[in-house]
Amino acid sequence: MTQPEADSWQPSQLQLDRIRYRRSRTRRSVLIALVSTVVVLGAIVLFVGHAKGWPDTQKSFFDVRAGWDGLGAQIKALWLNIQIMLISEVCVLVFGAIIALLRTLQGPVFFPLRMLATVYVDLFRGIPLLIVIYLVVFGIPSLHISYLPKGSFTLSIVALTLTYTAYVAEVMRAGIQSVHPSQASAARSLGLTHGQSMRYVIFPQGLRRVLPPLLNDFVSLQKDTSLVSIGGAIEVVLTALNQQSQDFKFVHYVVAALIFVALSVPLTRLTDWIARRQGWVSGGAII
Amino acid sequence: MTSLTKNRPLLSIRDLRKAYGSNVVLNGLSLDAAEHSCTALIGASGSGKSTLLRCINLLEVVDDGVVELDGRDITDPRVNANEVRTKVGIVFQAYNLFPHLRVLDNVTLAPRKVHKVPKAQAEDEALAMLDRVGLRDKANARPDDLSGGQQQRVAIARALVTKPRVMLFDEVTSALDPELVGEVLELIRELSADGMTMLLATHEMSFARQVADRVCFLDGGRVLEHGTPEQVFGDPQQPRTRQFLRRITDAGRL
Amino acid sequence: MHRRLAAAGLLAAATLTVAGCASSGGSGATGPSTQSSSSSAGVAPATTSSSAAASCTPATMKTASANTLTVATDSPAYEPWFVDDKPSNGKGYESAVAYAVAKQLGYSDSQVKWVVASFNSVVAPTPKNYDFDINEVSITPKRAQGVDFSSGYYDVAQAVVVLKSSKYAHATSLADLHGAKLGAQQGTTSLDAINNDIKPGTSPAEYPTNNLAVQALKNGQIDGLVVDLPTAFYVTSAQVTDATIAGQIPAGSNPEQFGLVLTKGSSLTPCVTQAVNALRQNGTLEKLQQKWLAQAGNAPVLK
Repeated sequence: MTQPEADSWQPSQLQLDRIRYRRSRTRRSVLIALVSTVVVLGAIVLFVGHAKGWPDTQKSFFDVRAGWDGLGAQIKALWLNIQIMLISEVCVLVFGAIIALLRTLQGPVFFPLRMLATVYVDLFRGIPLLIVIYLVVFGIPSLHISYLPKGSFTLSIVALTLTYTAYVAEVMRAGIQSVHPSQASAARSLGLTHGQSMRYVIFPQGLRRVLPPLLNDFVSLQKDTSLVSIGGAIEVVLTALNQQSQDFKFVHYVVAALIFVALSVPLTRLTDWIARRQGWVSGGAII
Repeated sequence: MTSLTKNRPLLSIRDLRKAYGSNVVLNGLSLDAAEHSCTALIGASGSGKSTLLRCINLLEVVDDGVVELDGRDITDPRVNANEVRTKVGIVFQAYNLFPHLRVLDNVTLAPRKVHKVPKAQAEDEALAMLDRVGLRDKANARPDDLSGGQQQRVAIARALVTKPRVMLFDEVTSALDPELVGEVLELIRELSADGMTMLLATHEMSFARQVADRVCFLDGGRVLEHGTPEQVFGDPQQPRTRQFLRRITDAGRL
Repeated sequence: MHRRLAAAGLLAAATLTVAGCASSGGSGATGPSTQSSSSSAGVAPATTSSSAAASCTPATMKTASANTLTVATDSPAYEPWFVDDKPSNGKGYESAVAYAVAKQLGYSDSQVKWVVASFNSVVAPTPKNYDFDINEVSITPKRAQGVDFSSGYYDVAQAVVVLKSSKYAHATSLADLHGAKLGAQQGTTSLDAINNDIKPGTSPAEYPTNNLAVQALKNGQIDGLVVDLPTAFYVTSAQVTDATIAGQIPAGSNPEQFGLVLTKGSSLTPCVTQAVNALRQNGTLEKLQQKWLAQAGNAPVLK
């Protein structure tokens, strides 16, 4: 096996000059960026710092001590949000897949199912989540049907699942339909039934393609778990609200916001990683 | 009885009609393929070669006409299409393999799920088939890691492993780089020599000349001319056949 | 190499920003102080200066809008405090008290203007764009740090409302309620009463509005609803007829009072306080309570 020629290659003077030139340009850009950043930030600091309401704002929004003291209670309440999030996500994945598959069924015999699925998706993407929560959390128990759940925990999960399934189903359907039809042809040609083709060939591919938008919907779902507070349950945002109504400082909301961001960051980074692996991100920068 | 079955063609197509909206692609096409024969289908784009193959393996529903396999009318709506498709293997021009599965899983999918072959046995048979096409060492690779020619050979292995009665090849080398075409054609030649009945839609005229027992020229949705390669390529009767072949020659592909 | 340079630069910029925040936080505290130095509870009446008596007329009072008294309350406005959700009709205890205070200060009925303010915004220490708010707001030291209160115009009792079929309907003591799932409106002293006086085993449910809490009671999602006594009577007589008042929560050493709410440091506070005191002294408040809150005595006190 001969060594590749590249091992003995040395850059020519021309190439070295090019490199030197590009480096100097880069250095200049970085310096400009740095200086302008400092100038802008400095201007903001000066401007905000001398605004009339700044000390009060600082005391209300950035009182680190008060925020830190309230953190414990919020973390405790966070467990409720996490439980709702996990259970809802699983339900949404399952039902979303079912609805998506129903919508992709072909043939006149399946028309009623397709229509039902379409009506469901249109309905629950149209109704604001807030209304769904009111209807489900307060409306269903008001029917006094004994075997239906009554607690706001369960009903909030139901409300979130109903709404988010509609969105996720559409995303999954887009994924399924984006798989090249020749994949279906190849699968059917081997003798696989429609169901088998969907299960082993089309759906796995379709799902992989739409993982980023799918995870996007889940990040949204994580935040909407705070709406369980409408049903009276004490979760993070309500805890922050209570803390704020005690000492009138908005820093508690800031803390709650940071908690939610921390919660969603793993998911968003995972989304980015998957997107890169799938080749969504376009190639390197042009010089 | 034996002589009858011996003389009966494996695949018999009569008066096939298929239209897409107002576009009539197959217009009363008739064709017979004897067992163990290799039939080459040639013709211009849009002459119906792909559609014909897709009608044979029931990916398309015919508008009229009959397709008989082993004497059985497979275009009858009461026939179980999935079952028929295991007897008709097809290899397409592109996007053949399932990209999310390993090569080995690509080949074992149908045996395991359709024929309910146990996993170990399916994998053994798959490896044997991959060996047959010269790609046993790629069993654990992903389709994307293979060259176009290798992918097509895996696709052929995948179709063969269900032990079909007839193999259909739909322009399987048209999307390949020229240097990869040879390995696929070589495999097809071997299969034909082993006795596989096949229909081959192709632009590779020289290959058709060497391997096919019969050549059918499709034009206007029917078989305009057919015969042995010597007859069709050497002495075409129909003017349109001559015109087509002349164009092919001019393009340097004969 | 350039990435490290850029990162170092950003770090420097960030440090500068934080330093800037810290330094400018210490300087230039020219805003109004939010820390209240006095008024432990707004209950103390008549801390007014002697000159106040003369200066409480429509002509001299610095109201939000000249010659008009702007009064705020929440929407919807509940019975028995208001009637038909129309504060301007003068019906209902608080509507009547508002007009009585206005009259005391020299405003005619037509000079009274009503606006809407949510409960949460009322108790927050932000400047108000009305003269005073009347909305069953209990005077607490905490709230008094951020807003001004008049003297109390009603002594509040908290009551527990349960469904007649509930096992808690016959509770005689606070301890009997320990196993109950209770509910109240967010941010209210009713909620405090649950947490501080009843102390049930399960944490209470907090609802954005009273109506939702009432619905939850009807649904059986909570065992008991805690509200002030007059509202409790309204709930059991009009809203949820198969509910009953299990009992009152004992008032304790410092009884709660409702007060009118004004912007912290408002110049109207002495006048308004004076007016309320006058109404109390001349028996008007008592009369209005008799008229609008007639049943305010029939619920047993839980021990």
